[in-house]
Parts: sequence; structure tokens; C-alpha cells
Amino acid sequence: MKLIVPATALALAMLTVATARANDVKPAIVFDLGGKFDKSFNEGVADGADRFTKETGIKYVDFVATNDTQFEQAHRRFAERGRDPIIGVGFAQADAVAKVAKDFPNTRFTLIDGIANLPNVQSVLFKEQEGSFLVGIAAAMASKSGKVGFVGGMDIPLIRRFACGYEQGVKWTKPEIEIIQNMTGTTPTAWNDPARAAELAKGQFERGVDVIYAAAGASGLGVYQAAVDNKKLAIGVDSNQNYLHPGTMLTSMVKHVDVAAYNSFMAAKNGTWKPGIAVLGLKEGGVDWALDKYNQSLITPEMKAKIEGAKADIIAGKIKVVDYMANNTCKF
Amino acid sequence: MQDAYLIVLLTLSATIRVSTPLILCAMAGLFSERSGIVDVGLEGKMLGAAFGAAAVSAVTHSAVIALAAGILVAIMLALIHGFASITQHGNQVVSGVAINILTSGLTIVLGIAWFHQGGETPPLPQEGRFMPIALPGAARIAHVPVLGPIYAHLIGGHNIIVYVALAAVPLTHWIVSATRFGLRLRAAGENPQAVDTAGISVAWLRYRAVMLCGALTGIAGAYLSIAQNAGFTRDMSAGQGFIALAALIFGKWRAWPALGACLLFGFLDAVAIRLQGIDIPGIGEIPVQFIQALPYALTVILLAGFIGKAVAPRASGIPYRKE
Repeated sequence: MKLIVPATALALAMLTVATARANDVKPAIVFDLGGKFDKSFNEGVADGADRFTKETGIKYVDFVATNDTQFEQAHRRFAERGRDPIIGVGFAQADAVAKVAKDFPNTRFTLIDGIANLPNVQSVLFKEQEGSFLVGIAAAMASKSGKVGFVGGMDIPLIRRFACGYEQGVKWTKPEIEIIQNMTGTTPTAWNDPARAAELAKGQFERGVDVIYAAAGASGLGVYQAAVDNKKLAIGVDSNQNYLHPGTMLTSMVKHVDVAAYNSFMAAKNGTWKPGIAVLGLKEGGVDWALDKYNQSLITPEMKAKIEGAKADIIAGKIKVVDYMANNTCKF
Repeated sequence: MQDAYLIVLLTLSATIRVSTPLILCAMAGLFSERSGIVDVGLEGKMLGAAFGAAAVSAVTHSAVIALAAGILVAIMLALIHGFASITQHGNQVVSGVAINILTSGLTIVLGIAWFHQGGETPPLPQEGRFMPIALPGAARIAHVPVLGPIYAHLIGGHNIIVYVALAAVPLTHWIVSATRFGLRLRAAGENPQAVDTAGISVAWLRYRAVMLCGALTGIAGAYLSIAQNAGFTRDMSAGQGFIALAALIFGKWRAWPALGACLLFGFLDAVAIRLQGIDIPGIGEIPVQFIQALPYALTVILLAGFIGKAVAPRASGIPYRKE
């Protein structure tokens, strides 16, 4: 009798797990060091997941890593608990996802901004250079001083890709404009250091810059605040950040990580989830620039026409935007 | 030439901005350590105050009330440190480290519970912060060569806490070296038995010192969250409390030399930020990694070669028991 009770309980538990897996998905997200509420990259993923929860009533669990050694543990814990699919947010999680995905071949992983070539991993990449090209046009046309700036997060090729696309857009519009580039840091803490990013932005403003594009996760918030304090313009990234400071947010380079997250969960639920590598650009609607009620007073009709024209040309292949990561240089 | 002059001025102005929390913390540590209480908890008190100030500012939208709240939080933490190390004769380093760990976790937990933004406070409105003050007439004399820009950018253009920090240095020097309280404070840190023999309470002296220390770290914390930035973010003190402690040791526990050390650290940081991405003639662009390592490398060189022996107050770190 003593033996039977735990055994039945175990069998019952296993049965519940099995039925839960058949009918429902149990999604999970592992966020990057910028944190779930960075109002940018990570929050975009959270927004997509929240939309999924709202439409289906299926809740997801999440974990915010505070250092990079936690990525693998977090994925492993979620996989062990039967979470599926699991989204890893950010390039830094590629190794962790690859390791854990090998050990849990029946669990589906979606990796955003990184690549892991495994049969149960979906890698979603974006052509950030194309969206950055468009906001570069906006920056060049809005600048009165002839100097524009860029503040990146961690100094990695992915962020250089943002910078390079931006530079191309600026030079394509006005070749004589000067660009000043800074990186917040060289470690993952650079994603969450608004004070340092703000100091970099102040330094750029002092050197005559009047528009700054920040691609720095939560650190970008410091740049946007510095733009307000100095009455200059800033450009948001990843999520549409125009609403943060209406009047000084010129536009945002929107990277639809929310759609990537939503699609992953939805496809898993509908049984249409597929592994592989997806690269989303302007054509696929993966990146875009943002125009809404918060920044419409800053975007002139000429700017809008020029940006939309360039967008159509990039989609049609008439303008080729160089990808920094193709050979780690920004030559165009 | 005009441009170069302006860049130098703006770098110096940034130096003052970046040094402010260091100066306040170094003066705070000076009071505590000169009285015989080692304080490695400067970092934690500053972080706690930064959170307290930002949280109150987010609710009340009043910078002054927020500052008061920040000071209050830091004094409470200082009293915990005081209770552990003065009344309970505990190990002062352990107590200080405990405060650092406590605030690092507690600020995030309370932040998540109160504001539901992953431990951050919402962005603060301008009336809830200390904004830079333009000195009277700055715009009018801005065109005067040499002096105009100095008046507008170096002397003016800072928020009120920066001036408080700069005023704290001569004040600290005066209190510690020229007042009766200061004399007794130093005596408590060097030879508490003698203070006790003179019929003065060592415990009460040290409690007053840690409270002063708390008040100053409170101002430093408020500076981080409601003056320099607009809101609290996770671990925003970023090791500055420890750098201030290093500056205090550099300055051999004296106010003016400590100010110099703080300004040096601030200057290196400001230069590092401005050197990024600039082509230097003959050398080319300096890598980001090198620039970021520069302050630390210089610190090691200065520590090893130029500072000489730093002697701590004799009784610091030793709990005083009445015989």
C-alpha cells in the first residue's frame, strides 16, 4: 500500500504532463541582460509574448538574466520543467541554446539575433542595416549642425551593423555630414548603463551633434533623457520608442522582435512551428521606421517622402545596403 | 583654437559632474573612518539612497522631498552599520559588505513590488529632479573671450548638488581640523581610551560620525538618481562607492587630497568618454578597450609609484569596549 500510493501519484503526474503537452504549449522566455523592461529590445519580445497571452489565454514564464553565466542554467531549468517552446533573447545566448537544445531534442527553441544550427532550433535574424539606413536619412535631414551621432551598447559586430547602416543612410542623403560614433562599453553591462550612455551623449552634443541614434538597449534611455535635457533630437531602437519623450524623439528603428516572439508561440500552438534560419529585412516587414502621433510634428513631408522612397528602393533592390557583418568592415 | 579651448572647458565641466558623487562619498567616508569606523558600505548606502530618492520623486514629483528621503534612507542604513559595529562590537567590514548586498537586492525587490518595471522606477519628470542652473548673466557674457565660456560652462551650468559637494570639502576640512567636535572625532579614531578617560562618550561620537556619513552618502545617492539621471536603474551606483573609498585612501584620510583624488578619477573618466572614436594625429583611432582600461591602469600606476604610504587612523576597524 505504501508503495502504491506514490506510484499512482507519479503515474498521474506523468499523465497530466503528457496531456498538457498534447493540448497546450507551455512557453518560456529567457531575457537578456538589458532586462525585460528596457523599453527596447527585450521589452519588444515581451510585448509580442503578452499579445499571445492575451489572444490565447496561455501564460508564459520568463527569467531575466543578471549575468551571462545564467543563460544556460535558465534554458536547462525551463527545458527540464517541460517548457516548450523556449525563446532565447539576444546573440549572447546562442551558445547556451545550442548546448541545451542538444540535450533536449524534443524541446523547441527560438533564438533571436543568434544562430544555432540544430533541428529543434529556430534562429531569427534581422537586417538591422536596412532599418538603420532609413533612420539615417531622417537624422541627416533633421540635423541643422551637419553633425549626427551614434551611441551603441556593447561593442560587437551586431551593433556595428546598426552603426554602418545608419552611416550609409546619412551619407546617402547628405555626403558632407560628419558622424560621431561611441560605444557604451565592451561587456554585457553596457546594455544597462544609462548613466554612461548619457555622458557619451552629452559629449557628442558638446561637439556639435544635434541628432543621436542609440542602439544600446536600456542604456539608450540615458541618451534619450540627455536629448531632452539638452533640447536635441534622439532616435529610438528595436521597439517604437517615440512615446518616451514626444518632441525630442525624432523616430525609432523598429525591429519586430515582438512579431518573432508572437509567431514562435503561435506556430507552436497551431503545430506549424518550423526550425531553421529566418532573416527578416524591410521586405519581410522585419524592420521599419516609426511614424506616429508622437513624432509627426518632427517629420516633415519631404523627410517622409525621401524615407518612403528609399524604403521602396531597398525592397526593390535599387539601393544596396552593405551589411557590416558580411566581412566586418563598413565600406560602401 | 577657440574650439579646442571649448573642448577642454567642457571636459573639465564633465569632470566635475562625474566627480560629484565620489566627492560626497569620500567626505562621508572621511567622517566615519576618522572616528574609527571602517566603512566599506558607502556603495550600498548610496544605492539605497538613490532608490529612495527616485521612488519618492516618482510619487511626489518633488525634488526636495526626494532628496530628504534619500538622506533618510542612507542615515537609516548608516545607523544599522553603527548599531552592528559600535553597540554590538561587530566586525565593521562584514557589516559594511552586508549593507552593500542588502541594498543591491532590496532595491530591486521593492522596485518590482512598487513600480512593476523590473526594479526600475518610471522616468522622472523635470520638476522631480535637480536641473542645471544657468548663472545670472551667463548668456550675456558668453561672448566675452576666455572668461565667458568659463563662467557659463565651468562655474555655472551645474545642478545644486554639485555645488553642495564642492562646499562639503572645505566644510569637512574645517569641522575635522578646527572644531572641538572634529578634534574629539579624530581622537576617537586614534586613541579612544584617551577620549573615554576625558569623560567623553566614544560611542556617541562615533554614532554622530556615521550619521554624518549617512547624510552625505544620501546626497550622493540622490544625485545619481534625480540629478545626473532621471530614475533608478539596477545597481546604478556601479562601484563608485568603492572608487570613493580608494580616493579617500589616496588622500590619506584628509579632505583636500581626497578631493584631488576624486577629481583625478572623474577627469580620467571624462577624458575616456571624449577620446572614444576620435582620430589622434599620428596614432589613429584608439580602440575602445584601451580607453576604458586607462583609468584603471593609471590607478595602479599611481598607487604603486606616487602615493607613498597611506596610514589609516590607528583605532579604525577596532570596536571600542569600555574597560
